[in-house]
Amino acid sequence: MTHAHHHDRAQGAPVLQVSGLKKAYGAIQAVGGVSFSVQPGEIFGVIGPNGSGKTTLFNSMLGQITPDAGKIELNGEDVTRLGPLELNRRGVGRTFQTLQVFGKMSVRDNLIVAAQEHSGSMFSRMFAPSDSGLGAKADALIDQFRIRHVADKKAGELSYGQQKLVDIAMAFMSDPDLVLLDEPCAGVNPSLVGGISTLLKELNRNPKIGSHSSFVVIEHNMDFVMDLCHRIMVMVEGKVMAIGTPAEIRANKQVLDAYLGS
Amino acid sequence: MKKISTAVWLATAAFLLLAPPFLKNYGIYLLSYWMVFIIATMGLNLTVGYAGQKSLGHAAFFGIGAYTVALMMKAGLSFWLGLPAAALICFMVGIILGFPALRVQTIYLAFATLGFNTAVWLVMRNEEWLTGGTFGINNIARPSLLDLSMEGNLQYYYLVLAFTVLMALLLLGLLKSPWGKAFTALRDNPIRAESLGIDTRSYTLLSFAIGAAYAGVAGGLFASLVQFLEPAPFAVGSSIMMYLMVVVGGPGYFLGPVLGAAVGVVLPEWLRFAQAWYLFVFGSAVVLLMIWLPDGLLSIPDRIRARKQAREASAARAAAAKTMGAQA
Repeated sequence: MTHAHHHDRAQGAPVLQVSGLKKAYGAIQAVGGVSFSVQPGEIFGVIGPNGSGKTTLFNSMLGQITPDAGKIELNGEDVTRLGPLELNRRGVGRTFQTLQVFGKMSVRDNLIVAAQEHSGSMFSRMFAPSDSGLGAKADALIDQFRIRHVADKKAGELSYGQQKLVDIAMAFMSDPDLVLLDEPCAGVNPSLVGGISTLLKELNRNPKIGSHSSFVVIEHNMDFVMDLCHRIMVMVEGKVMAIGTPAEIRANKQVLDAYLGS
Repeated sequence: MKKISTAVWLATAAFLLLAPPFLKNYGIYLLSYWMVFIIATMGLNLTVGYAGQKSLGHAAFFGIGAYTVALMMKAGLSFWLGLPAAALICFMVGIILGFPALRVQTIYLAFATLGFNTAVWLVMRNEEWLTGGTFGINNIARPSLLDLSMEGNLQYYYLVLAFTVLMALLLLGLLKSPWGKAFTALRDNPIRAESLGIDTRSYTLLSFAIGAAYAGVAGGLFASLVQFLEPAPFAVGSSIMMYLMVVVGGPGYFLGPVLGAAVGVVLPEWLRFAQAWYLFVFGSAVVLLMIWLPDGLLSIPDRIRARKQAREASAARAAAAKTMGAQA
């Protein structure tokens, strides 16, 4: 997998293909016909004002809600009606807007449990070693995320920023093809935002961990998105206003008027 | 702290192994009774403490196990056939009871399981052709093992103790395996667990089924211990008592049921001096315990550790503030 630039990637088969996605809540059309694709290795940002349909789009892609119309394909397979469990087993990892670690487990166990169900059968796991053979991999991520000093602490006892790092690391334990990051900077100390950005770039490139991970990122921190993402989609009122590189989005007059300018 | 608790547990083990020959029949009976409830509440601790499913129907499984063994032995079958049958039947009924847990949680699940317990209890009381109703089943035999009779109270005590150790080791193995983490993940955050590929549906059902199988084994041992069954010990009140044992001992602590069952079974005996006041004293003790130790008795070492850490942290902060002050 080469990471030259995104024009090369655009040639290949997409990891994620969303076509004509629609979801209404009563009279409100939260998502009104959204189409886009994410290429292997691409970091794809989704921005838009509150109520623009980003979360509804995300929840549809994660199997949390069933869309009214449209299609979601993962590596060419139709996954539109699959639930979160099936999607994860097919290689979709995610982080949540709010902290979602297992507070009473150690940091290391949080990482191990994040991938243990990806190999063997339920029955075989009854006799598997406690760390499911994932100890070395967990340790590699612990070092990469620089949380070695708290690895044996209960996740619930860590600071918010540390828990956020654990939360993100968990999503990468099972070598996902696609990771959906829901506001990775929400509530994070500004000094850590840069750290998270660096980590995500590393994970996007690292040939060992997440060798061909593609990310979809929802985020309000504009500097973060512009710096991290290869392409960005701007959503306004449930529709796609523009898709392009950070430079293209910055130069888009319509986007500036509707969103960035305000 | 660790040394103290190891010493306490070793002393308890030595007592359970060595003391009974010197005890009167009643003491031996009481210890056997305690062991039976340790097995039952170990199962409930898995369902409630580790997997986080609020079940108030555990006594129903205890009863199903007891009646299965009693009826099979009355039909001339061996205890050694009856006990696995009790575990298996409870396992299967446990899976069925798990299904409501896929739809409802917390207090709603508690009520669903409570309804189940009531239904099972009514069957035990009303279906006289099967269970003998309130007249019960008399003269339930005790098993023998390789020509060795377990008829005596002391022999039967050691059989129950052996089962308690065996069931504890099995549970420990399960909890050390990846299943233990999956159950804890299910309890702490089912939505996150599912997003990590953990089949929360299956683990929920299995947490009920395995917990129920433990109650089944305990019930089977109970039948041969008391040798007379009637529906009363399997009513909703007993389920609440078992839940209390788990909570008092410390839900999610492996040895919690040992302490919890002691509080539920042995403490009432010590409180006999209080006579009519017994329930009042017991109830008040439980209320006070829940206020001071909401995570149960076994949370005491953790609390001491946390307090020590907090003290050290604030001392470090104070020292740091002093240095800063000196510099300023």
